[in-house]
Amino acid sequence: MRFAYYPGCSLHSTAVEFDISTRAVAPLLGIELVEIPNWVCCGASPTHQRDSILSYALAVANFNKAELVNEQIGVQCASCYNNLRRALFELHHSDEIKKKVEKVAGLDFGNNVQVFHLLDVFRNQIGLEAIKEKVTHPLKGLNVAAYYGCLLTRPPEAVAFDDPEWPTSMDDILQTCGATMVDWPYKTECCGASLALSRTDVVQKLSHDILKMAKIHGADCIAVACPLCHSNLDLRQKSIEKKFAENLELPIFYYTQLMGLAFGLSGKELGLDKLIVNPWKLLEEKGIGSKKS
Amino acid sequence: MKWIIKDLSQQNHFRQKIEALSQENLSLCYQCGECSAGCPIISFMDVSPNQIIRMIQLGREEEVLTARTPWLCASCITCTTRCPKEVDLAKVMDAVRQYAAIKKIAVPERETTLLQKLFMKNIKSFGRQFELLLIGKFNLLSGHFFKDVLLGPVMLRKGKLKLLPTFTDNLKQLKQIFARAEAEEKIEETTGKQ
Amino acid sequence: MARIGVFVCHCGENIASVVDCERVAKISASLPGVTYATDYKYMCSDPGQDLIKSAIAEHNLNGVVVAACSPHMHETTFRKAAQQAGLNPYLCEMANIREHCSWVHDDHEKATQKAIDLVRIMVEKVRRNHPLEPVRVSVTKRALVIGGGIAGIQAALDMANGGIEVVLVEKEPSIGGHMAQLSETFPTLDCSQCILTPKMVEVAQHPNIKLYTYSEVENVSGFVGNFKVTVRKKARSVNMELCNGCGLCTQKCPSRKIPNEFDRGLSNRSAIYIPFPQAIPNKPVIDRDHCIHFKTGKCGVCEKVCGTKAIDFDQQDELVNEEVGAIVVATGYDLYNISMDQPNDKLEGYGEYGYGKYPDVIDGLQFERLLSATGPTGGKILRPSDGKEPKNVVFISCVGSRHNAKGITYCSKICCTYIAKHGMLYKHKVPDGNAYVFYMDVRTSGKRFDEFWRRAVEEDGLVYLRGRVSKIYEQDGHLIVKGADTLSGVAVEVEADLVVLATAIVPQPNIEKLFQNLGISYDEYNFVTEAHPKLRPVESSTAGIFLAGACHSPKDIPESVAQASAAASKALILLSKPELEREPLVAKVNEATCIGCFYCLRACPAKAITEKEIKNRAGEVLRKVSEVNPSVCTGCGTCVSVCFSNSIDLEGFTDEQIYAEINSVIERMSVIQQ
Repeated sequence: MRFAYYPGCSLHSTAVEFDISTRAVAPLLGIELVEIPNWVCCGASPTHQRDSILSYALAVANFNKAELVNEQIGVQCASCYNNLRRALFELHHSDEIKKKVEKVAGLDFGNNVQVFHLLDVFRNQIGLEAIKEKVTHPLKGLNVAAYYGCLLTRPPEAVAFDDPEWPTSMDDILQTCGATMVDWPYKTECCGASLALSRTDVVQKLSHDILKMAKIHGADCIAVACPLCHSNLDLRQKSIEKKFAENLELPIFYYTQLMGLAFGLSGKELGLDKLIVNPWKLLEEKGIGSKKS
Repeated sequence: MKWIIKDLSQQNHFRQKIEALSQENLSLCYQCGECSAGCPIISFMDVSPNQIIRMIQLGREEEVLTARTPWLCASCITCTTRCPKEVDLAKVMDAVRQYAAIKKIAVPERETTLLQKLFMKNIKSFGRQFELLLIGKFNLLSGHFFKDVLLGPVMLRKGKLKLLPTFTDNLKQLKQIFARAEAEEKIEETTGKQ
Repeated sequence: MARIGVFVCHCGENIASVVDCERVAKISASLPGVTYATDYKYMCSDPGQDLIKSAIAEHNLNGVVVAACSPHMHETTFRKAAQQAGLNPYLCEMANIREHCSWVHDDHEKATQKAIDLVRIMVEKVRRNHPLEPVRVSVTKRALVIGGGIAGIQAALDMANGGIEVVLVEKEPSIGGHMAQLSETFPTLDCSQCILTPKMVEVAQHPNIKLYTYSEVENVSGFVGNFKVTVRKKARSVNMELCNGCGLCTQKCPSRKIPNEFDRGLSNRSAIYIPFPQAIPNKPVIDRDHCIHFKTGKCGVCEKVCGTKAIDFDQQDELVNEEVGAIVVATGYDLYNISMDQPNDKLEGYGEYGYGKYPDVIDGLQFERLLSATGPTGGKILRPSDGKEPKNVVFISCVGSRHNAKGITYCSKICCTYIAKHGMLYKHKVPDGNAYVFYMDVRTSGKRFDEFWRRAVEEDGLVYLRGRVSKIYEQDGHLIVKGADTLSGVAVEVEADLVVLATAIVPQPNIEKLFQNLGISYDEYNFVTEAHPKLRPVESSTAGIFLAGACHSPKDIPESVAQASAAASKALILLSKPELEREPLVAKVNEATCIGCFYCLRACPAKAITEKEIKNRAGEVLRKVSEVNPSVCTGCGTCVSVCFSNSIDLEGFTDEQIYAEINSVIERMSVIQQ
């Protein structure tokens, strides 16, 4: 299976471990990821909040570059996924918008492009049976709260490959990898997203509630599929602990990192050293993975 | 507080523009409040999301643009997903922000709009985001010189912040896209067409 | 030799203000076939009708054209007048110069010319009209009621008391429907069972009512006045003659963990069971899907303990045939559920409320069972999860209803009132508890209903919060309800012990199969469609089949009872005559030219056409032709359009007549072009 891989800006910087672990895990499941040459930023939230047509135009620019590699685009960043899929949806559903967007982009939109989130690909195209075959070091005894965030599942018509209120893709995959998945009600609650820099107080409150809810329901750690969720929960965890005077100590993994551990890859190969909240205490306690390569 | 209502069905430029920008029919909203009930950020908002829609329905431009709510919206899309009448509220919030930007109206939550400007400027300049510059400039211009400064070293050490930007090879094309988008917006603003 | 009279009506100003009626009459007088023409201010009035009658007598007319309003309005009026003057009513037709002319045009000259044309076209038709006699159909003086809830019970009693033999078919083991599940009814707080059971007993004991319970209508064929019904009596596995209803079998049955449908899953029942203490008939039935004997061949305890040897494991379903003249559909309702599994993909469940996996999030009927003295908790309000008394109960309106995104746009009408009732009864039982109601509107418009809900707020202390609920989740044994109060402009979070959802009223699952068999129209939600939304609320689209109760639309008990009595009266009217008269505007086959291809048979939507054998004297079949049953034919004309050999025609709208009208138009057009 070949995909035109769209990493998005974060996977080259603040979420580099998401990229590292994805590139480590995908080939083991028979997926070839070929990075789209010269892809541009999808615009993230600030762009569609300023000009929707511009946001769609950036998507079309990326679609054009992607088609040279493969008409199926694979994305890991939830925000990029959401922007690209919403652009696709609008382009397919409104001739008026399509014309406007093509004018601004200066490019034609070829209708054959498809955008998949790799979680969807792993769960629905590769399938749990194939994943199970690769599990050599099951994540036994690890209680994981799968956190999907907002943009993977909403709005349902444009982006959802899973139930928008009770998604189970990540749960199914990680359970197949041997983890015990926690049943908790905050799977799709917002972490504060792009307000991270300008209203850090909002992010701290929302992310705190998510961390606390996961912990109350017995989670040892949280698995995510979105760079911004990760940074809000991981990078800012210490400041949250301080602000709310609570000891949370919840490592935040990218789901591909947990998959990789189950497949027997080392922490180094999965970029675990790049996590801010130290995961090793937990992992060693559960006898999972090793620091060495 | 009293609102004098005059000729709403004929003269409501504000509502018409918002509906055109968002492609949503605001008459569908029956003010059930489900959006407000599920909004994760409502505890920080001065006006509830359903009230913003109500104000747009009644053409209250000033009240909408002086509220913090549209700029606190994180675009989590919970409201859109749960609205019983299938109104895309998140898109309406985007439309309010777009309206203010097009008309160059100063709004509350200055730092959010500042970040937006810097974010988009970086895309235009590099083709991709350059976080170091973004955060640096933001801190400088917002006056929070030392915000998150302790996170800097650890991020750099772990290779999660690049010291130099990556340039894509198509900056000219990108600049044209941005220019055309701006031009398109101007055309629609002056002709009043959408 | 045509001797037609043309009567042009002014209709006050309605026609005369645009059309020059005098001129129309004057020109009509010189049309071929017209003997007499006049105009008058109000043709439908008594003097107007007298004008027609005296003209028929005086000028020996054999055809009448009244140029006036739509036939929908007054065709019957003018035909009656013609009949009174001794003219066959089907020789009288109307030309519509109001709705089709004066009401839709401004140009007086052109409108007048059009009116003249319309009259001429109709005269050309009437020249070729034949006298017709109404079709007479015999009537079976029996009625069928499908559904034994309050609506079905009321309809059956009214018809039975009116002297008609009624067959009442109910699919559950007992009659009573949902009303039997309720504890108290609004606005009087009468005990539901207490007011229902006398009616149920009356049905059981009525000499004119034949009651089939645990039975379903398998097939209906025929037509108004002459329906043939096949009823499937499902096997109870109990001999009803021998059983004395002692109930010992139900106590001894070892299989006791089956969710009790009557308590909507809040309690369990045995495999052999009587649905509720006041059931009618008060005899048990074996649920074969859960019975150990039927699943494994073992057990048989009920058979052993039965004192009258009434258990019959070998009992089979029985098919019974009944003939009736009228049918009342009273199949009632079910409640929408919030789970992920929905009966079709137009509907969605509520993932945001937990998809039904939280035991303390229940629906309105389940709360009724908690309130009911015969319910799983003996009338105490206790949480299904841990049996504790809830101190904070949240009631949520409009779950499913008025929710376009989930697939239901209508309002379920009864919930606002029963929520007020639920809150009040809860507060009466738990005075120190809190009752919160999340609502969008309060629609309590029945008699004394508004005062009822205000009493709930003003005297019983219910707290009404105006807003929907976005999410419910469980935390520490409580339910966190995230709603809004738009009146204050805030989001509201309530920690509840029990949440009661007012879920939408929906028709019974798979009910469309029955409606298709009956041949009656139903809408996109599977509610039965009434013949006319204003003026014919209890008749279906098919003659002889009436409707009552919630199968038509969500409604409360007084409305269901009223509709049931109305349907019964309609049925009684139908069955009061020894014969039915039907309009003779039906299809007729020319057997001489019919080639027996039976396209018409396949095309007929009313199933009015059958094969007829043409035999010689020796009884040998020479060939087959089509035959139209004039009692069933609706005169739609589909058969005429598909016939290859021009062998079928519509009385009153023959090909000859229609072509004459068309030719009249063509001639006129060529005149205009010149």
